[in-house]
Order: sequence, then C-alpha cells, then structure tokens
Amino acid sequence: MEIAAPQTRAVQGLPAASALVFDNVSIAFQEHQVLDGISFHLAQGETKALFGVAGSGKSLILKLALGLIRPDAGRIWVLGEEVTALPEEDLFELRRRVGMVFQESALFDSLTVHDNVAYRLLEEGKAGEDEIDRRVRTALSFVELEHTISMFPGELSGGMRRRVAIARAMINQPEVLLYDSPTGGLDPVTSTTIIELLVKQRDVYNSSSLLVTHRLQDAFTMASHYFDRSENQMRPLPPGSRGQIAMSFLLLRDGHIIFDGNAHDLAQSRDEYIREYIA
Amino acid sequence: MLAARSVAALFQRPRYLRDILVQCDFIGVGSLPIVILTGFFTGFVFALQSANSLQRFGSLSFIGELVSLSMVRELGPVLTGLMVAGRNASGIASELGSMMVTEQIDAMRALGTDPLKKLIAPRIAATVFMLIFLTIISDLMGLVGGMVVARVLLGLDVHQYWTTAWESLVRDDVIMGLVKPPIFGFLIATVGCFYGINSRGGTQGVGRATTQAVVAASVLILLTDAVVTRLLMLTFAGYR
Repeated sequence: MEIAAPQTRAVQGLPAASALVFDNVSIAFQEHQVLDGISFHLAQGETKALFGVAGSGKSLILKLALGLIRPDAGRIWVLGEEVTALPEEDLFELRRRVGMVFQESALFDSLTVHDNVAYRLLEEGKAGEDEIDRRVRTALSFVELEHTISMFPGELSGGMRRRVAIARAMINQPEVLLYDSPTGGLDPVTSTTIIELLVKQRDVYNSSSLLVTHRLQDAFTMASHYFDRSENQMRPLPPGSRGQIAMSFLLLRDGHIIFDGNAHDLAQSRDEYIREYIA
Repeated sequence: MLAARSVAALFQRPRYLRDILVQCDFIGVGSLPIVILTGFFTGFVFALQSANSLQRFGSLSFIGELVSLSMVRELGPVLTGLMVAGRNASGIASELGSMMVTEQIDAMRALGTDPLKKLIAPRIAATVFMLIFLTIISDLMGLVGGMVVARVLLGLDVHQYWTTAWESLVRDDVIMGLVKPPIFGFLIATVGCFYGINSRGGTQGVGRATTQAVVAASVLILLTDAVVTRLLMLTFAGYR
C-alpha cells in the first residue's frame, strides 16, 4: 500500500484547507464490504482522480460525499461540514455548494435543457427570470451547447447530455465538483472534449474536484494540460512545469485505498497490481 | 412513515404550489373521461339490472332512489377510486420509478431539492383534493345513466326520477359518500409514490413496481371501504 504523506495526515483532524475529508469510512451491502476504512482528503483547488475496477466503490464514494447514502461507519466532511452528522434537511443547503455530474447524466427528461441547467436557480427562487436566462446561456456557452437551450435531453447525443450535466453542475459555480465517469461510454473525440471542459472548469474557476474514471489517460491528460484562456483551448504544460497542477490519484482495491499520491509516484510505483493497472 | 413525512412536508417550506396545480390537472382533469364513462355506465347498468326486480314488486318508480343511494354512498366513491388507482397509482409509480432508476431523484437531492416536498407531497395533495370532485362527477353521471334507462327503456317520467333520486338522499348519505374519496386518494398517491421510489432493477423493476402499485392500491381501497363503511354506519344513527 502506497499513500503519500499529506493525505495520511489529513484525517488526524479536519484540515483547514480541505474541501473533502473521508475518515475511516466503511459501508457494506448485503454482507459484501464495499468500502473498508477509507480515509483520504481533497484539498481546496485540488483535483483527485479515483480509479478502481468496476464495483470497487468509486461512484459510492461520490454519493457518500454528498450524503445521498450514509456510511455504516466513519465520518465525512465537505467544506468543513460533517455530512455524516447532518440530518437530510440540513444537507440540502450544503449540497447547493457542491456540483455533481452523474454517470448517465441524470438530466430531468421532462424538462428542457434550459430548465435542467437553471434547475438549481429556479429552486432557490432568488434570481429573476432575466438573470437566470443570462446565467443559463453563460453555462451553456461554457460547454459550447447554447444552441440546444430549448431542446429536451432525449434529443441530445450521449456526449451532449454529459456536457449539459456539466453546465447544470457548474451553474452556481460550486466550490466542489464531483464527476462520476464523465467520459464513460463515449468515443475518444467526445471524451477529449469532456476532459477539456473539466480542465477549463478547474483552471477558470479554481474549484476542487473528485473525478471517478476508469480511463487512466483522462486523468493523465488533466495532470499534464492547462486551459489557455487566450486561445480558448486546452494545451500541454510546458516542459519542466509538470507537477504544478494540484492533481492526485487514488486507487481502490477490495474496499481499500492501495495508492494515494501524484502522477509521478503512480508512474514510479513498484506495486505489481498498480503496475499492471497503469500498463 | 412515508405517508406521515409527506403530510408534514405539505406544511413546510418550500411549498410547491405550481407542482400541486400541475398534478391536479394531470390527476383530476386527466381522469375526467374515464370517470365520466365509468359513472355513466355504472348507473346505466345498475338501473337496467334493478328494473327487473323492481318491476316484479311494482316499485319501478323507486328506481331513482335506488340508483341515487347506491351511487352516492358506495358505487361512486369505490369505482372512482379504483379507476383513479388504475390510472394514477400506476402513473405515479412508473414516473417516480423511472426517475429513480435513471438517478434523477438522486440528482434532485444533489441539486438541493427534497423529493418528498417536490414530488411526493404535491401528488398526495392533488389526488386527495381531486378525488372528491371526481367522485361527485361520477355520482352525477351515474344518475344520468340511470335516467337514460328510466326514460328511454322504461318510459318513466324524468321529473319523477330526479325528484325521487334527490329526495331520498339525506345528509348522512352525502357525508358517507364524501368521506371516502379523500381517504382513497391518500391511499392511491401514497402507494404509487412508495412503489415508485422503491423501484430497483431497471425497466423491469419499474414495470413490477407499477403493477404492484395498482394491485396494492385497489386492494387497500376495497379493504378500507369495508372498514370505513362499517364505522360510518355505527356513527350515523340512521344506519344502525
């Protein structure tokens, strides 16, 4: 097991600059222990990529972080609030500060793209109609889908739905973003478009994010690229500046974390399973 | 548990009045055709079947009273409840079930909305409220169906039919007929929501939840009707 030092310290107390902290979290379903004593932390402004084979509990970690599922044991903090101690009623306020992109987008199929993206603002009821419309258009232009504003999710392709889901998650510029396999099942070109959006979101808004993915290349691309605002596109980091991006990798196996560290440590790992995984 | 929390949610903020109105339109206005048809043909067939027996005792003129009491006290509330259960318990279960399996309900919670307040409470409020009016319409249509038989097939006087139908009804009959619909409405919506949000196993699970919701709601309506009828009979002196 290889865990880099900063991550192991995190759960000793609640670090001031933590966006997310898992402390000894365990959960089982029908006697199958899916997560067993998971501890890690996500720093403010950091992006952490979560890997593991199917069924290893990656998506579960995101749902636990949002309080959508309660763990059997352990404690979870999000933006300084203990999710595991809050009643459901109080969690709704906290969830408004966190954005989540679901695996299959989970767009409301009876609402238009406009109403999907505006959902959070409409529910809050604080912004006027013009303000909401302006912010929806801004979010949609961020994902380059302004032309779909009056369409329904059923009329969009899989990649477009993911991009609308990203626009919906970022409409109120949340402090933490949780991505559940945003490139899963997409072709390489569309996947690159999605990753470019994630890099853009990270570099433009400096939000913290937890990215569940089974595509190692997506995380390596995020670790080795930055978003060039002047050219409005993702570009590789100049030689010598690798490691400047606050990006870490976390690998799950049999309910445990077997690696938590940066791209360099991952590439240098001597663990047989990790070497096989990244090969 | 779900029913109690949903009722409590109706009195907590935020209140989704627009969603309640949308559901009133879907559940109430949308169920009108089937309720009108059911009411009309129930009254029609009931009058047709009763006419034979009444004729043997020379009491054909009481047909208005018979249709009126049966429709208002029993047939109107129960048949409307069963029709609305068939249409809306299934509709609610399949809609919420689909939202559940496609993670839309999780997305709603993730976006800071309580599905109990946004999805469940409006459906319960709308079904309880609209079933009262649907039952009244069904009762009326049953009487119209009976009138068609009385006039066209039996050659009775329309005025006499309506007079006996109207005069036979007392306050307790109307109360008995109007106490049941809100109870049935509550059962229909709660059962539909319960099976919907507990859907598991993809589209097959949604189909199963839909069927279970209709069966459970229908059986509960019949059981509750028996209990409520007995209790109301004990309450009202005229039925003891």
